[in-house]
Amino acid sequence: MKKVLVLGATSAIAQAAVRLLAARGAALYLVGRNPANLDAVAKDAATRGASKVEQQALDLDDFSAHEALVERAAQALGGLDGALIAHGVLGDQKACERSWAETEKVLRTNFLSAASLLTALANRFEAQKAGTLVVISSVAGDRGRQSNYVYGASKGALNVFLQGLRNRLARSGVAVVTVKPGFVDTPMTAHLPKNKLFASPEKVARGLLRAADRRKNEVYVPGIWALIMFIIRSIPEGLFKRLKL
Amino acid sequence: MTNGHQSWGRFPRATWQAAHPIVWQTDRLPAGSGSLLPHGLGRSYGDSCLNEGGTLLTTATLDRLLGFDAATGVVRCEAGVTLDTLLRLAVPRGWFLPVTPGTKFVTVGGAIANDVHGKNHHRAGAFGRYVRRLELLRSDGSRRVCSPEENRDWYEATIAGLGLTGLILWAEVQLRPIHNPFVLTETVPLENLDAFFEVSRESEPDYEFTVAWLDGLARGRGLGRGLYYRGNFAPPQLAGLPLKKSHLNRRSGLTVPFDLPGFSLNRLTVAAFNWLYYRMNLLKRGLRLQHYDPFFYPLDAVHRWNRIYGKRGFLQFQCVLPHATARDALREILERSAHEVPTFLNVLKTFGSVASPGMLSFPRPGVTLALDFANRGERTWRLVAELDRITREAGGAVYPAKDARMSAENFTAYFPQLERFKPYVDPAFSSSFWRRVTSTPPALTR
Repeated sequence: MKKVLVLGATSAIAQAAVRLLAARGAALYLVGRNPANLDAVAKDAATRGASKVEQQALDLDDFSAHEALVERAAQALGGLDGALIAHGVLGDQKACERSWAETEKVLRTNFLSAASLLTALANRFEAQKAGTLVVISSVAGDRGRQSNYVYGASKGALNVFLQGLRNRLARSGVAVVTVKPGFVDTPMTAHLPKNKLFASPEKVARGLLRAADRRKNEVYVPGIWALIMFIIRSIPEGLFKRLKL
Repeated sequence: MTNGHQSWGRFPRATWQAAHPIVWQTDRLPAGSGSLLPHGLGRSYGDSCLNEGGTLLTTATLDRLLGFDAATGVVRCEAGVTLDTLLRLAVPRGWFLPVTPGTKFVTVGGAIANDVHGKNHHRAGAFGRYVRRLELLRSDGSRRVCSPEENRDWYEATIAGLGLTGLILWAEVQLRPIHNPFVLTETVPLENLDAFFEVSRESEPDYEFTVAWLDGLARGRGLGRGLYYRGNFAPPQLAGLPLKKSHLNRRSGLTVPFDLPGFSLNRLTVAAFNWLYYRMNLLKRGLRLQHYDPFFYPLDAVHRWNRIYGKRGFLQFQCVLPHATARDALREILERSAHEVPTFLNVLKTFGSVASPGMLSFPRPGVTLALDFANRGERTWRLVAELDRITREAGGAVYPAKDARMSAENFTAYFPQLERFKPYVDPAFSSSFWRRVTSTPPALTR
């Protein structure tokens, strides 16, 4: 990935990935909501060796801007050969249970806006018959659990969307990489007590880029989550529904 | 709850302090959570980076590089950026830190707040002198860009201000040019303390970097026996040396895996270490070309080396003594510590007369001595209190970044600009150190 559009560039994992891409001399088009914070990330990328850094402050919940955004990024960088979709919200499960508006917000940001962006990106990459789409999903999308099923559903829907997209774009030589991190020590999880399973954003970003370089389909980062989620998926539903997970 | 944030000397230990990560320059400081204290990598030895009962503003995620001009060597970065990161950025482009302490695992914010010094103090002065500008965020939400031209009083209070004047958001630092990442070094054996003064006087005009290691157990005629290291960055004739492969990857260095039991550092093991260290380095006497990393940061190769002192931690003692009284006071300090508690990281160096802008800056003209003592309780404390007394009587000062025990009275004596500094302390900011040396109750919850 040499000319990369990064969506949600101020998220912790995206920032770590941006640093790695910058060190490789990639050209970057960074998108985030807060202009001042985005500016700090852009300066950091430029100082660390990115060959070009363009930025645009945008709320990605506004789907109508997506088509133009992709077009503008491609123009600014002289083409696109990669995109990283990293924006998302954890949401508050309890608040979601009480309110459809809260639930819709999570689905909107994590699934609908990603699907909308992927529609524009997929058509461009399919036409140019090249490119890598990297999307940060979550292990939470592998099975619905009482403690975060709204977030899980948004990521589960995303996973299925990406599966189909991968299938469609395989013949065009476009890679679609679904990245499923486990617990990551970021501002998104700052309020949670930490344990040994928490990985740093840097570690997740390294795993993410390795998967992108190798054009993988689905990866768990760190790899231990492949095993954990295999076990969790294997529990029969009759038993699972009685568990407190 | 401490979230694992302790100081490098592991004494004292904070028993309860909250941690509030600062992620963006646009963040607001938390309100109503006790007093606040910025905390970088926790490499201060005593309690100046701790805030018992309050909140640490952790800056690990405030770590963005904001710009680097390879023509002028000015780097601008957020306060949580480490010196290690700056070296990785600057060295391949022909620049180096203007002043560096003995570890690269400190943040720029911490380097400013403690006005750190290094092996080139006799030429270059302390770190604060190379801070061109910084931005300070106060608990009332106000933001100030401070420099020698703008908000000069705030600039002078914040350099060496122990993190008490507010949170440093970013800073601009003037680096110094190098031709390549290598240092031409020379090791000179020192028979005793007099030899140190002689070799120092003879070396300082020609060598940018000087420092001496002393065998802390040598007594009598051999008191002050040690090794004198001096060096300069390698000249351009050696430009063929690779600038690109400039950073040895030391990430895979050794790590001390657990706390060593208290008895492992005794007179016998320290004597054996000192003897070996002295002999092995004597073999390397004479001129040699050394990569900057092992020259400036030998201890960085052993991660968590503070664990060798065991669970009870250790006390550092670093003082500076004016030239006029240095010889006698040093003799007394070294004699006392050689009889009492064994130590093995003993460092001696002269400070020059280049003044720092910082009101509470520690370095001043004279000779500085750093000793560390495994914490053996009462006995160690009595000894260090004695060293403190000798320092004060000699008209010297003790370094707050390495202190866990100096009295309020001595602190006041060591820092003549203290009263001038106090009005700049943010009313919501405090530290365990500050409460101890000013004997005021913790800042009230807003």
